[in-house]
Amino acid sequence: MTTPPVDAPKLPEDVLIRVERLTMRFGGLVAVDDVSFDVRPGDVTALIGPNGAGKTTVFNCITGFYKPTVGRIALRKSATESWLLERLRDHQISRRAGVARTFQNIRLFGGMTVLENLLVAQHAPLMQASGMTVLGLLGTGGYRRAETHAIEKAKAWLERVDLIDRADDPAADLPYGDQRRLEIARAMCTEPVVLCLDEPAAGLNPRESADLADLLRSIRTDDGVAVLLIEHDMSVVMEISDHVVVLDYGKKIADGTPKAVRDDPKVIAAYLGVEDEEVEAVEREIEETGA
Amino acid sequence: MEYFAQQLVYGLTLGSVYGLIAIGYTMVYGIIGMINFAHGDVFMVGAFLSLIVYLVLVAIGITFVPIALLLVLVIAMMLTALYGWTVERIAYRPLRGSFRLAPLISAIGMSIFLQNYVQVAQGPYLKPLPPVVTGGFKFGAAEGFTVNVSNVQLIIVLTTIVLMAVFSLIVGKTNFGRAQRACEQDRKMAALLGVDVDRTISLTFVLGATLASVAGLMYLLYYGVVDFYIGFVAGVKAFTAAVLGGIGSLPGAMLGGLLIGLIEIFWGAYVSGAWKDVAAFSILIIVLIFMPNGLLGRPEVEKV
Amino acid sequence: MAAPASDAPVQKAPAPAIVPAIKDAAIAALITLGLAAPIMGLVTVQSLGKVQLEPHWMRVVLAVAVVFVGRLVLNLTLWAPRAGKSAPLITPEVEAQLKAVTRYAAPVALAIAVLLPFVPGVERTTVDLATLVLIYVMLGWGLNIVVGLAGLLDLGYVAFYAVGAYSYALLSTQFGVSFWLCLPLAGILAALWGVMLGFPVLRLRGDYLAIVTLAFGEIIRIVLLNWQSVTGGPNGIPNIPKPTFFGIDFTPGPGGFADTFGLTPSGVHRVIFMYYLILALALFTNYVVLRLRRLPIGRAWEALREDEIACRSLGVNTVNTKLTAFALGAMFAGFAGSFFATRQSLVSPESFTFIESALILAIVVLGGMGSQFGVALAALLMIGGFELFREFEDYRMMVFGVVMVLIMVWRPRGIVSSRSPSVFLKERKAISGSLVQEGHG
Repeated sequence: MTTPPVDAPKLPEDVLIRVERLTMRFGGLVAVDDVSFDVRPGDVTALIGPNGAGKTTVFNCITGFYKPTVGRIALRKSATESWLLERLRDHQISRRAGVARTFQNIRLFGGMTVLENLLVAQHAPLMQASGMTVLGLLGTGGYRRAETHAIEKAKAWLERVDLIDRADDPAADLPYGDQRRLEIARAMCTEPVVLCLDEPAAGLNPRESADLADLLRSIRTDDGVAVLLIEHDMSVVMEISDHVVVLDYGKKIADGTPKAVRDDPKVIAAYLGVEDEEVEAVEREIEETGA
Repeated sequence: MEYFAQQLVYGLTLGSVYGLIAIGYTMVYGIIGMINFAHGDVFMVGAFLSLIVYLVLVAIGITFVPIALLLVLVIAMMLTALYGWTVERIAYRPLRGSFRLAPLISAIGMSIFLQNYVQVAQGPYLKPLPPVVTGGFKFGAAEGFTVNVSNVQLIIVLTTIVLMAVFSLIVGKTNFGRAQRACEQDRKMAALLGVDVDRTISLTFVLGATLASVAGLMYLLYYGVVDFYIGFVAGVKAFTAAVLGGIGSLPGAMLGGLLIGLIEIFWGAYVSGAWKDVAAFSILIIVLIFMPNGLLGRPEVEKV
Repeated sequence: MAAPASDAPVQKAPAPAIVPAIKDAAIAALITLGLAAPIMGLVTVQSLGKVQLEPHWMRVVLAVAVVFVGRLVLNLTLWAPRAGKSAPLITPEVEAQLKAVTRYAAPVALAIAVLLPFVPGVERTTVDLATLVLIYVMLGWGLNIVVGLAGLLDLGYVAFYAVGAYSYALLSTQFGVSFWLCLPLAGILAALWGVMLGFPVLRLRGDYLAIVTLAFGEIIRIVLLNWQSVTGGPNGIPNIPKPTFFGIDFTPGPGGFADTFGLTPSGVHRVIFMYYLILALALFTNYVVLRLRRLPIGRAWEALREDEIACRSLGVNTVNTKLTAFALGAMFAGFAGSFFATRQSLVSPESFTFIESALILAIVVLGGMGSQFGVALAALLMIGGFELFREFEDYRMMVFGVVMVLIMVWRPRGIVSSRSPSVFLKERKAISGSLVQEGHG
């Protein structure tokens, strides 16, 4: 499947990913139930919800680790190129459709150096340059140039995430916060159109969270890459996202701007499990912490 | 039909022996996640010990067969258990929590050692034992076809059933069983909650060796001959059985053992004796392609 | 996690306490008695058609005494509790020194290997032995791609060795194809079989993969054993032709190697030629593997070993990556197999048993997964050491097993346990083996 499918839907220009009626069942358990939402290009879209709401499942469907039971996920990569993500094999989602992701429990190649991690992310173009290994084995010039280029790109990203001094250290040796940033840099090295982050701020201290917010803003603004993230840290969500989708028990309960979502009583009830009369009090509290 | 039923009897007998050995593989795999490659050789040691103990009993004048067999069973079980315990102590315990391939290589080394140790100590020749248990039954004479079931076959199948029941009780109901299941789930957490992990693992090896020794005695009674090489062949088959049934699952090991036994016998009877192992291994590969966790294995959910 | 290889009860006193040491040794001796008494003490012998027992109590006494004294001495010396923890045998300083040595070790070893046949005092048997060692070095390097780099556990590697050997044997004896043409053909055939094995096992992990590869190896062996009309069954294929030196035969007569180069005819020429042939093949393997490690495919193999799921999220085609690892690993086994066939002039199924696969795997693991030099060293130690004790026919296999256990307990990560990065910005720093994953296969 090297060319986009002919029946890929024509998405409007202001939609990057359209999730339609997504349902995912595991045996008898319905983890995601009829969820639809859009991700717009150039936006930071946050997917939030209490534990077990099905956020990671939606993520895994978009990034190809699960095949949805029902539903369709369309991606408009450019004016002429659209993909149906559920039809692509997992590695093609990154390579062809330009969807990159990070993981909740960081998945770096721990025994490889920071630089090597970033080169693995550029596997597809490098593989092509090495003539599917054959030319590279013979040592022709094309590959060497491609590799230099790949290292330059890796270096640029290491500068941006402030890890250039640790380029030759094994990834497993980095502190937790650095590993998070490295994972983002690695995902960005695949040159995606959308970056999916699964709880990027988990385990970070306030300073690191602030740096992360800056990095994500810069990815959106400077690189023009849309960001889709799952996050529990509401300060990060409220600060950087343009659009918030709220899930609860596998269903979408709210969808809108951070402000609109924050004021939605259904969201507050879902998070705190409280009756309507208490909502007001809670709203005030959230107002204070969120601002 | 007659032929078929007769082959079924052979298959169930062989399958019972494989099943008993397979349980040892599956229990060890369940608790420490390693292939105990030396287990087949522990079975072989068990068979030799059974032979030696039996000859000792004959020499001191205990020749009443039921008593002698019971004594052989118990003594050989104890001695084989000592071997199982020692193997774990020397070759695996120092490697606990280490690189996963290290215990595998260590186990292969142990397997080579045990084979050659028995060869050096006992000589390389086949050791025959004249039939101890004789006689048998004929079934179905009235219906017009006869199936012979020898007493040995009956003993093997019955012992296997009894042992399976006892084992299910041990794992399901006793403190040891609980500790063992806890270690399977999470060894660190079990240790924090006061389970003596080393002791539990040791006991698992002891139990596995005990069953292997029973299998060894059954093999000796059934085939009437042992040599130092039987451990490898039986071990590979039993391991295949454990994986076929779903490694880590006790009923799976028994089911896998029976299946491998039946496949071997039926293939040998109806198709070709020389190719029976190919049949067993091919079916294993085919099953695993469609059921990557074996027949009764717990599905491994890929966590992302 | 596990204490050092001592199972003496934890002792608080800093000085070696004699009483607990004796007690521990006595327990060990007692266990040995239980183990040794039936198997070593009572030997089953056949006389007059009956099996009888023949007592050999001296052996038991000896075994018990050795264990008691050995354990006592160890308890009082090496395992004696020192103040605090016992110092590890290999300290970081020693490790650093070892690394410095290994930097020069590879070139020195290469020089020795190249000059070996001409070193005074080196006899034909030594060159023969070196040839054998090199076969295993080559097999180890080939398997290293699958196990060490891609992290896929393969217990049936010998099958590809067999495919290579039988390919050459059949092509040369049936169709008269020359060695030099067969060599690449055997490699390609073995690689095809590697892909054939690779396809069904793509979804399998860990020990399921191990048993399927083992089963595959056994299937190949049984087919070779039973397909009499083609493979000659248990007798194998005899009279496999030897390779020529660019068309010149190693025959004593006119036109032979000695005649052409004006040398005295001697059987040694061929032995030396075969030695250089396998050396060249092994070095070729080494070159290709080192080269591959620095190419995207090699990095993808290692990334696959580290984390398969992350690989997929980065657009690495894990199916192709696994298949190429199987295929290339198998290809080198195919080359080695056709060399083996021509060296032995006879192939038979008994050369391709599971124990061979286990041996090659042991070489890879003992050498240190992923390390080319470590694998070569392990092959030299295992095969060379094994052949040195040829006189002790019965005992050497037993000792061989014990040594495998001891080396693993001593260095679970193998002789060379660190990984060298494939690319670097400023400085190539070795990566400690404890950080490197071992793969799930």
